[in-house]
Amino acid sequence: MAEMQFREALRAAMVEEMERDDTIFLMGEEVAEYDGAYKVSEGMLAQFGAKRVIDTPISENGFAGLGIGAALNGLRPIVEFMTWNFSFVAIDQLINNAAKIRYMSGGQFKVPIVFRGPNGAAGQLAATHNTSTESIYATFPGLKVVAPSNPDDAKGLLKSAIRDDDPVIFLESEVMFGWKGDVSEEKNYLIPIGKARIARQGDAVTIVGHSKSYWVAMKTAEMLAEDGIEAEVIDPRTIRPLDIDTILESIRKTNRCVIIDESNPFASISSEMTYQIQERAFDYLDAPIMRITAKDTPAPYAKNLMEYYMPSAQDAYDACRKVMYVD
Amino acid sequence: MTRKTARASTPPANGEQDPANVIRTEVEYKSFQSDEVSHTDLGLADDQLLDMYRNMLLQRRFEERAAQMYGKQKISGFLHLYIGQEAVSTGVANAMKIGEDSVITAYRDHGIALAMGMTSNECMAELFGKVDGCSKGKGGSMHFFSAEKRLFGGHGIVGGHIPVGVGIAFAHKYKEDGGVCICFFGDGAINQGSFHEAANLASLYKLPVVLVVENNEYAMGTAVHRASAETDLFKQATGYNMPGALADGMDVFDCYRAFSDHIAMARDNQPSLLEVRTYRYRGHSMSDPGKYRTKEEMENKKNADPIIRLKAYLVGHNLATNESLDVIDEDVKREVKASVEFAEKSPQPPLESIYEDVYAQKDYPFLK
Repeated sequence: MAEMQFREALRAAMVEEMERDDTIFLMGEEVAEYDGAYKVSEGMLAQFGAKRVIDTPISENGFAGLGIGAALNGLRPIVEFMTWNFSFVAIDQLINNAAKIRYMSGGQFKVPIVFRGPNGAAGQLAATHNTSTESIYATFPGLKVVAPSNPDDAKGLLKSAIRDDDPVIFLESEVMFGWKGDVSEEKNYLIPIGKARIARQGDAVTIVGHSKSYWVAMKTAEMLAEDGIEAEVIDPRTIRPLDIDTILESIRKTNRCVIIDESNPFASISSEMTYQIQERAFDYLDAPIMRITAKDTPAPYAKNLMEYYMPSAQDAYDACRKVMYVD
Repeated sequence: MTRKTARASTPPANGEQDPANVIRTEVEYKSFQSDEVSHTDLGLADDQLLDMYRNMLLQRRFEERAAQMYGKQKISGFLHLYIGQEAVSTGVANAMKIGEDSVITAYRDHGIALAMGMTSNECMAELFGKVDGCSKGKGGSMHFFSAEKRLFGGHGIVGGHIPVGVGIAFAHKYKEDGGVCICFFGDGAINQGSFHEAANLASLYKLPVVLVVENNEYAMGTAVHRASAETDLFKQATGYNMPGALADGMDVFDCYRAFSDHIAMARDNQPSLLEVRTYRYRGHSMSDPGKYRTKEEMENKKNADPIIRLKAYLVGHNLATNESLDVIDEDVKREVKASVEFAEKSPQPPLESIYEDVYAQKDYPFLK
């Protein structure tokens, strides 16, 4: 194990995979000469050269489609979106081409591509740069959606995503890029896509949180522990496929669930989780499932509004006490 | 190899020699039409020419029969017919290396599929939504695919596949396998941003791609002059610093020569834009009666029919007789009729196949 930043773990995953397989290449805005807008790809141009680390113009639709065509024709592209907010310019490529070509061709063609970059809010960037996209992409069969919460998972899941024969939407976080953690240095360190992690054991309430929301969930659990309440925290790690079985197993033990999700609430991943839990474990629930999400508005700029907009540990703490009928 | 080419000449370095200091557009044109050149001039053998005739006729008869089957509700969904445009597909199929080069096209894809050697059976079965269809009944008319022939699809979103075609070319260059990608789209697609982004990337990265705009004069019901500010679509090439040229899409000789030239350029990693002026006789799709054009216009175009033109050449050069060509027609009709019987008999896809081919892994957990 080595201590690494989240961005270093992502880079390690890409470098190791590119050293292993020369059909893998990285392309995106500022990934090469600039060494990465957020320095995720720092040093990769020097190591792999301009054939495999490729700067693009600001043409998301064009280079996303180019990556899909390259994947169809035998390569394994990693396409970086400077932020997932910009992926909306390319959404036709992701939804109509990446997700559907395997199906429409009757399985004749595969699209082994990873689209990755920072997702969700990163401070006071206002509405256009603050969108959590997981539910948008997860709604389309054919795509896989991965959202790691820590450097070790980031490395293991990104390596799996690169080796996956399907298009993977890989959601990172600009805020988390500098966060550190222990990371496996094993060359074949793969975390399977579709397997949740039980991050904290407890029997009082199940808290589910992915990506940055995982850290809110852990803080919430610490606050509850001070009251003598032991929460179980589940980090789904992958949004699609969703490891609903691990979540259900926890709920059958705790009988209560709070979901933290920094997406807008309407038709979100927390909506989907809530439905699946009530469908499959209704009889085990002692209280309605509660969720703590971003507010149902575009993201604001003002500091106080932005803080209010984002899901907080305090809100999650209150929700947990409510589903336990403590308050 | 010079065709009608738009090239913006840069102003001379010495402004005094050209006080106006304007950018000029030079246009040269050289055509290779069947009333000007012979097939041997183009390197086409007699047999190959007869095969081309048969294939154009196959495309025509296949689609006439498909239209009939649509009327009988054997075929559903959208059905965009290629009738009138057969010289384009046949021209490229003879100019490329099938199985090594790649093709991607839009939703009017039956003609190119048949030209590339996909069978009438697999194509008709796909239209019928049957399991023996070229996309196992999951693609339909707009989504013909063949990994074996390297047809990377018919695609249903106007312009959405153009960047994908450029990416296929990117992989050819990356792998150094010598292949090129020929990327077809319609005159409507050239106004999509995806064309602009893809053309820029193709030229920027020097990719082995031929961007082919099949200008059949109408984007759905909107005539090209009502949709494009510049109706000489090939001139768009100058904006991307690549050669642009024009070919007569009603003449298979001119198409063949143009594709040969542009594919050769692509093999040298020189992308280009080729505008092929063609015409579709039918409406945009089966639901379109085509009231936006006059009978006179249609009659004029039909007089330039690519199949009749090739027939006249074959007979005029003693390569065939009217009778021998009628025999080919009968043979083609039999093939198409048999494909309908094949499609009728082919089973519907089993219901459990709805969950197949979504993901690579077999045990992917779907909501059921």
